[in-house]
Amino acid sequence: MPTKIEKDSLTGTDTTGHEWDGLKELNTPLPKWWLYTFYATIVFAVVWMVIYPSIPGWKGTSGWVAREAVVADVAAAQARNAPMMARLREATPAQIAADPEMRAFATAGGRVAFANNCAGCHGAGGQGAIGGFPSLADDEWIWGGSLEAIQHTIRHGIRANESDDQRQSMMPRFGADALLTRAQIDDVAEHVLSFTSRATDQAAATRGVALYAEQCASCHGERGEGNREFGAPRLADQVWLYGGSKRDIVAMIGNPRAGVMPSWQGRLDPAITNMLTLYVHSLGGGE
Amino acid sequence: MAAATATAALAPGQAYRAQEVTYVEAPIRAFAAITAFWGVVGFLVGVVIASQLAFPLLNLDLEWTTFGRLRPLHTSAVIFAFGGNALLCTSLFVVQRTCRARMFGGDDAGWFLFWGYQFFIVMAALGYVLGITQGKEYAEPEWYVDLWLTVVWVAYLIVFGGTLVKRVEPHIYVANWFFLAFIITVAVLHIGNNISIPVSLGSAASYSAPAGVQSAMIQWWYGHNAVGFFLTAGFLGIMYYFIPKQADRPVYSYRLSIVHFWTLIFLYIWAGPHHLHYTALPDWAQVLGMVFSIVLWMPSWGGMINGLMTLSGAWDKLRTDPALRFSVTAVGFYGMSTFEGPVMSIRAVNGLSHYTDWTIGHVHSGAMGWVGFITFGALYYLFPVLWRKKAIWSEKLIAWHFWLATLGIVFYITAMWVSGIMQGLMWRAYDELGFLQYSFVETVEAMHPYYVIRLLGGVLYLAGALIMAFNLWKTVTAGEEAAPAPADVPVSAIAVAAE
Repeated sequence: MPTKIEKDSLTGTDTTGHEWDGLKELNTPLPKWWLYTFYATIVFAVVWMVIYPSIPGWKGTSGWVAREAVVADVAAAQARNAPMMARLREATPAQIAADPEMRAFATAGGRVAFANNCAGCHGAGGQGAIGGFPSLADDEWIWGGSLEAIQHTIRHGIRANESDDQRQSMMPRFGADALLTRAQIDDVAEHVLSFTSRATDQAAATRGVALYAEQCASCHGERGEGNREFGAPRLADQVWLYGGSKRDIVAMIGNPRAGVMPSWQGRLDPAITNMLTLYVHSLGGGE
Repeated sequence: MAAATATAALAPGQAYRAQEVTYVEAPIRAFAAITAFWGVVGFLVGVVIASQLAFPLLNLDLEWTTFGRLRPLHTSAVIFAFGGNALLCTSLFVVQRTCRARMFGGDDAGWFLFWGYQFFIVMAALGYVLGITQGKEYAEPEWYVDLWLTVVWVAYLIVFGGTLVKRVEPHIYVANWFFLAFIITVAVLHIGNNISIPVSLGSAASYSAPAGVQSAMIQWWYGHNAVGFFLTAGFLGIMYYFIPKQADRPVYSYRLSIVHFWTLIFLYIWAGPHHLHYTALPDWAQVLGMVFSIVLWMPSWGGMINGLMTLSGAWDKLRTDPALRFSVTAVGFYGMSTFEGPVMSIRAVNGLSHYTDWTIGHVHSGAMGWVGFITFGALYYLFPVLWRKKAIWSEKLIAWHFWLATLGIVFYITAMWVSGIMQGLMWRAYDELGFLQYSFVETVEAMHPYYVIRLLGGVLYLAGALIMAFNLWKTVTAGEEAAPAPADVPVSAIAVAAE
């Protein structure tokens, strides 16, 4: 075997005497710091394996179990808040609002519960979105903005068929079910636009007066003021669930859309629905 | 160098070196060129998905262009297309020269590997865009692609191993240990993690054989060792040939290379469970994965020491040889990520870092810094050698590539460190009443500026790669020819002369 050990002139170290395509290797010993650090990591590993479960059957001297650690953490957090949660569960929203301590806790916790459960539709901070997601941060309420009304909506939901006490209403499909002609729908839409002085065809708007009074006023009110009993939105302002252009209004009259909100009473602790009630009420439009 | 090798070839008592070997080179040239090509493609897709994360509108609302489909396209393009071709290219180049043996199977085998591997890449990529995936990270291709890759990979093992068996040199050079470990282990990992039953022979979909936490454990045994053997052992093989070549110095320590090789390949295979801290995986397996990761620290650094210390006496070359600068900086990034890895494997640290961008930053300091840079260094060395040119067309452009890419990495990883740690801290922040401080969407919003910085880093890195592609192209088409070699000097000596 051809072996020719040479001394490297720069380092004074011998080569191994092998050569591959001009490449050689020095026979430098292992760096001491490297070797001792390596040993230290092995010692650490062994100690750690004694302390913690590390092979099947060995539970470790510490008795640590990941699941139990989580359960203990969760239990500690729950225990810390348990007295307050118990009070929030029993209290009415009005009682919570009157008690500064409960109110502060409910609003802080409601913010988190809202972010995790409600913000997906109503937006972070409850600003809502066009397309059927009402803003909760203004004073326009479809089903009411008092503490009791908000609590009812949260607990029972809207048109989700999950609670007997749900908010329920249905606008007739004036176009799809041929209750009105296309021309009549146009006239009604012009009249609705006139509530906010936006009608562009006065003749049509005038023709729409009678139709509106006959078909729409019983829910939406003579002057489009809305009716919370039926969840009929106010039409005499610039807040629109599905858009406020003439085209949007014509579409809503012809083939209305209606949003669905789940009933949260079976999903969330009653204390949490109360917290959500206080939080939503605090967003700006609470009555 | 040329003179040294030629003399060595004829030295007394070493007559065996005098016999001529004609090395297989055409497929290796193809591998080298396609490595640069896939590199640019992979980095480009990376820039696209980074911009999608910063500006979700760029998902374009088309199923084929959403982040979910393009992300595996990016990871596979850089790992398997760019990295894989770099490994095939360099390993087949190195094994012939360090064994003084023509590649087993000759040009035909080389071309089969080349086209077979590109076919695998294209099939996998088409699947991702069309939504055909088995949903395993870094092992997304479905069963029919997996079967084809197995065929190509076994052929690769036969070609590489056959060349080793045919070798004239009495000893096997250290680079080849790493290449062989990489090829064998990747075969085992690939088969182990892809055992599945097709829904039917006419269906692209399949069911994974293991389920639940067993499937997760096998996936991360695979995933972590894809890093350990594909992206570490294989690229250490590249380092062990090209750094001593570029520095014209002997490898620092043969003993260190032996010890760190065996410890590295023994320890890496156990470290996978650190990807599954705080999951349904039994506690003992998590602990085992963590301690093996920590013990892995020094074996990983053995490679770094051998790479850096090989330069002792030749550090001045960094001023004059920008290609060597790539290789050496790569080793620096390698050292950094192989320290960061064990730190992140510690359960308490992982509790903060897991599922955050910190992981993404960690992976990219390894991928862009180590894998990318060592490959760039090797390509800048290989192109003149393989195309018989005096040198790379423009050294100045190599320097431009180096600084753009380095700046890109710095932007990328610092942005991800900040965003990842911030994300982890925001997730666990509580207010004074014990409620979570932030909703998830608030943490996403907070990351936006860092996503833009990361995008900028990616653009710089891509710009550097485009400069490289141009420079390599000009080297092939307009580089100055190397002096023709005397007829009696073997090809390897000619190759070195071209340096």
